[in-house]
Amino acid sequence: MAGLAPTFGRGAMTNHWVDIRNADLILVMGGNAAEAHPVGFRWVMEAKEHNDARLIVVDPRFNRTAAVADYYAEIRTGTDIAFLGGLISYLIETDQIHHEYVRAYTDASLIVREDFGFEDGLFTGYDAENGEYDKETWRYEYDDEGYALRDDTLTHPRCVFQLMRVHFSRYTPDVVSSVCGTPRDKLQHVWDMVAATVVNDKTMTILYALGWTQHSIGSQIIRTAAMLQLLLGNMGMRGGGVNALRGHSNIQGLTDLGLLSDLLPGYMSLPEADEQDYEAYILDRSRPDLLPGEVSYWRYYERFHVSLMKAWFGDAATEANNWCYDWLPKLSETLYDVLHTFERMSHGDINGYICQGFNPLAAFPHKAKTTAALSRLKYLVVIDPLRTETAEFWKNHGEFNDVNTAEIGTEVFRLPTTAFAEEDGSIVNSSRWLQWFWAAAPPPGEAIPDTAILAGIFLRMQQMYRDEGGAFSDALLNLSWPYRYPAEPSANELAREYNGWALEDVVDEQRNIVCRAGEQVEDFGMLRADGSTASGCWIFAGCWTNEGNQMIRRDNSDPYGVGQTLGWAWSWPANRRILYNRASARPDGTPWAERKAVVWWNGNRWVGNDVPDFPVESAPTEAQGPFIMNQTGRGQFFARDRMVEGPFPEHYEPFETPIANNPMHPNNPLAKNNPGARVFEQDRANFGSFEEFPHAATTYRLTEHFHYWTMHNRLNAIAQPEKFVEIGETLANELGIVKGDRVRVSSKRGHIEAVAVVTKRIRPLQVAGRTVHQIGIPIHWGYLGETKRAHLTNTLTPSVGDANTQTPEFKSFLVRVDKL
Amino acid sequence: MRGEQINSQNIIARSATSVPSPQRRSGGVETVTKLIDVSRCIGCKACQVACSEWNDLRDEVGTCVGEYDNPTDLTPDSWQVMRFNEHENEQGNLEWLIRKDNCMHCAEPGCLEACPAPGAIVQYANGIVDFNSEHCIGCGYCVAGCPFDVPRISKKDSKAYKCTLCSDRVSHGLEPACVKSCPTGSIMFGTKEDMLDLAETRTDFLKGRGFENAGIYDPQGVGGTHVIYVLQHADKPEIYSGLPKDPRISPLVEGWKGIPKPLASVAIGLAAFAGFFHYLAAGPKETPEEEDEEVEKEMRADEERDQELEEKRP
Repeated sequence: MAGLAPTFGRGAMTNHWVDIRNADLILVMGGNAAEAHPVGFRWVMEAKEHNDARLIVVDPRFNRTAAVADYYAEIRTGTDIAFLGGLISYLIETDQIHHEYVRAYTDASLIVREDFGFEDGLFTGYDAENGEYDKETWRYEYDDEGYALRDDTLTHPRCVFQLMRVHFSRYTPDVVSSVCGTPRDKLQHVWDMVAATVVNDKTMTILYALGWTQHSIGSQIIRTAAMLQLLLGNMGMRGGGVNALRGHSNIQGLTDLGLLSDLLPGYMSLPEADEQDYEAYILDRSRPDLLPGEVSYWRYYERFHVSLMKAWFGDAATEANNWCYDWLPKLSETLYDVLHTFERMSHGDINGYICQGFNPLAAFPHKAKTTAALSRLKYLVVIDPLRTETAEFWKNHGEFNDVNTAEIGTEVFRLPTTAFAEEDGSIVNSSRWLQWFWAAAPPPGEAIPDTAILAGIFLRMQQMYRDEGGAFSDALLNLSWPYRYPAEPSANELAREYNGWALEDVVDEQRNIVCRAGEQVEDFGMLRADGSTASGCWIFAGCWTNEGNQMIRRDNSDPYGVGQTLGWAWSWPANRRILYNRASARPDGTPWAERKAVVWWNGNRWVGNDVPDFPVESAPTEAQGPFIMNQTGRGQFFARDRMVEGPFPEHYEPFETPIANNPMHPNNPLAKNNPGARVFEQDRANFGSFEEFPHAATTYRLTEHFHYWTMHNRLNAIAQPEKFVEIGETLANELGIVKGDRVRVSSKRGHIEAVAVVTKRIRPLQVAGRTVHQIGIPIHWGYLGETKRAHLTNTLTPSVGDANTQTPEFKSFLVRVDKL
Repeated sequence: MRGEQINSQNIIARSATSVPSPQRRSGGVETVTKLIDVSRCIGCKACQVACSEWNDLRDEVGTCVGEYDNPTDLTPDSWQVMRFNEHENEQGNLEWLIRKDNCMHCAEPGCLEACPAPGAIVQYANGIVDFNSEHCIGCGYCVAGCPFDVPRISKKDSKAYKCTLCSDRVSHGLEPACVKSCPTGSIMFGTKEDMLDLAETRTDFLKGRGFENAGIYDPQGVGGTHVIYVLQHADKPEIYSGLPKDPRISPLVEGWKGIPKPLASVAIGLAAFAGFFHYLAAGPKETPEEEDEEVEKEMRADEERDQELEEKRP
């Protein structure tokens, strides 16, 4: 997400599952779609069968996706920026880029400030002491009106294109092969297959998942892929895009609704501690166009913000009190992410924790630290449908959870909740589709929906504040709670609220009423900043209109026969299925290729097989850019100040690397690992070295299981009953391990024991002059459930995250393997 | 019901009997076939789980023996398993060959040929070979008779079990559960003619992608099968975790069948008779005492588990 938004404007899958069938080439990298998304993977097979598509897999392991791939190349975990950066350089140097697309639809021509630079692994503005960048120089050069300067010939030495060319020119095939461990010939083969999609009527789709996000450089890996697709002209096209396959059901919905520590619903952001002034906050978020006449849709930020505040606080939100701006929390830290939270918890700075719908002891890195942190709590509330390891962190489960219960004073409350099949509501899938579901079974025992549990906590707290008073209770006392049964808001009511309604008649510029008071709004274009509308999540506006619930739609008709079923469920934003689809047409409004067409200009308006992701009456002559959320209207090769560690991606080694230094910058220790990453002191002390832990390890899921849930289900337990690790044949021979042996895998942070799966599917790699072996460690199995009891994999993993999102680096760390 | 009643008039062959099958319903029944395209299989085991779900089977939770295969072999409670093989081809490239292993539903079924219990194994007009458990005497001859090593004898009830090709579903016009569950369309179902056509298309597709020896596995040594494979390397079926290259009914079974008919009938009669008397003498379990204990333990564990499940229910 943090890699896509700075490039394209939105942090979501750009195309959709069904559209994968329109691809001519599918690159699966940083994910294992067949393994983790077997049902959606059918569209890959469709593309192969019916579109003569080829499938490439680049992965540390020859995995289940590779089993049906046309080409497989091995890679060292955590080196994808080098692989893709080299590819970008190859495309530029061999002139295999989509010139017209790049010129018209990207920021390649924009001029960057003169004082911006990059030297030996660091961009300008680095403060080594604090490990932070001052991003002042990471900007375009502007004219007096505030518009970026440009050179459409792309020859200016400081235009984005030239800077990018120079930046990636260091990633020669030899360098890339040495960093990644991918043999030269395989590298070249993949690059050539990708390069072939530069033509108008061929597209490549990139499918990735947590194999890219769970690195200290994860967001920048994704950005490199996004840049690649812009160079090839594969964005906005049928069968193109950069497609983040979501790992959890409804995790897309989670981010859409702003359930991240720094977000509000609809990707609006919480103010920071120094943003106490409402107008300054709105001004900062209402991003103006940086090129004349661009859409720059975030300019309407205040409409969405005020509508949210009206949904939350109702009549209490007025213009006079800045729509209750003072009641919003202001961030004193950039992120209150999970690593940050458990760091504070481990210091005793947090004494109560409500853990809803997840299982930190199993799912967070460095289990020993998590246990220590949870042990310092006064109370822990676990809201979950299943028994979780977290709820039993205090219980001694022998070698698998060897704690001294007597020393732990944490009081644990378990609140059983309904599972997904026991409640109504919508689930947002990877494709951004809000699909309504109905409860299939009544919940067992005392289980009640999460909403009822949270409503209960809220109402009880509100009553206590009413009765007893307390500091700063305004937000709590004034929260709008208009539900028929306050103790259990229904999914219908919540969905209608997310969509939003008019509080007063809403009029357009000609004073025509577009929406009467009390009616549901039809789309976010109807939202107003004057307090006349309420909407709980502006991007969901349109999901429940006056015509009713749009998410229940199940019309599978596909009038153009191109996999666009606009009557199936409802997709944000505005039911658009392929984002940035204006880019599927040339600047003059005609499709680049008939077989790739999505929308086109019919002389009066934009029409096509999708809802245009563009102002429908904006004529090609107006030359507005297709990336309407970006201030430039264009796809951004240059991320400006939107990324923590630099406007261009650069390869940095994982925090635990199997080689001595970063081969890109062997003499600069500051550029060995991501210079922008946040590392807590105790976590740094817990990093191991390759001398002690020589093997590169990576963790992943298996298709037979879903995280730590399905080990409670007998059929899943039968299909994959016991913890194992995957070891390449060569290393296994060296260590005298044969398949079925029990092994101990240790990292600096602890050890696990498991059965060895000895495999040809993991090969030794030649990296920077040394042989690197990779160990594969599935995450499933714990000490509860129907499967054989086991150590939790996250006993091993390091506590460090991506510099932008703080997603933990589960995919690259160091271990040692011993035969038992 | 496993379909035998619905299909009873569509039986074309019964084990150990010379009584003719019903003859009237000669029209309208086409032979069915399950096509497994190995080149499209991702080994997700959805079919394996769907099989257990539909047939109400719950095998033991096993152990990992150092490979992805689990359960590691067919059992009376696992009527199909996925078999994974890491194969290095002539070019030195790795292929992960994943084969769904289950009853092949031979046109000339070795199990049926070998079975001494009248009507315990039947073949329907649609080609499905089914076990009718109430007639099964647990002798294990079907195991010896099967060139694919498919049937398994349960220690609990001394009956033979294997994939029914969901004869109960098929007789109601549904596809087998495994077919229904396959996310990649690797398992297909239809008439034999259609499946052979489809397999042909798939073979051409694979040849176009460099698999020169792609082909259909429909072994003629058993008269062809109603479960057929598309293989990338049809010249070497054995690399797919031991798929036999030229399966035939064991000569022992053939020999048995080769005995002049009257003699054979007598022999069959005797076998059935022997089985019957053994049953009277020893009861339904034909297992040594040690195994009995084991079985009892299993059954006790089963009961305990059921009870536990019962307790967990609200």
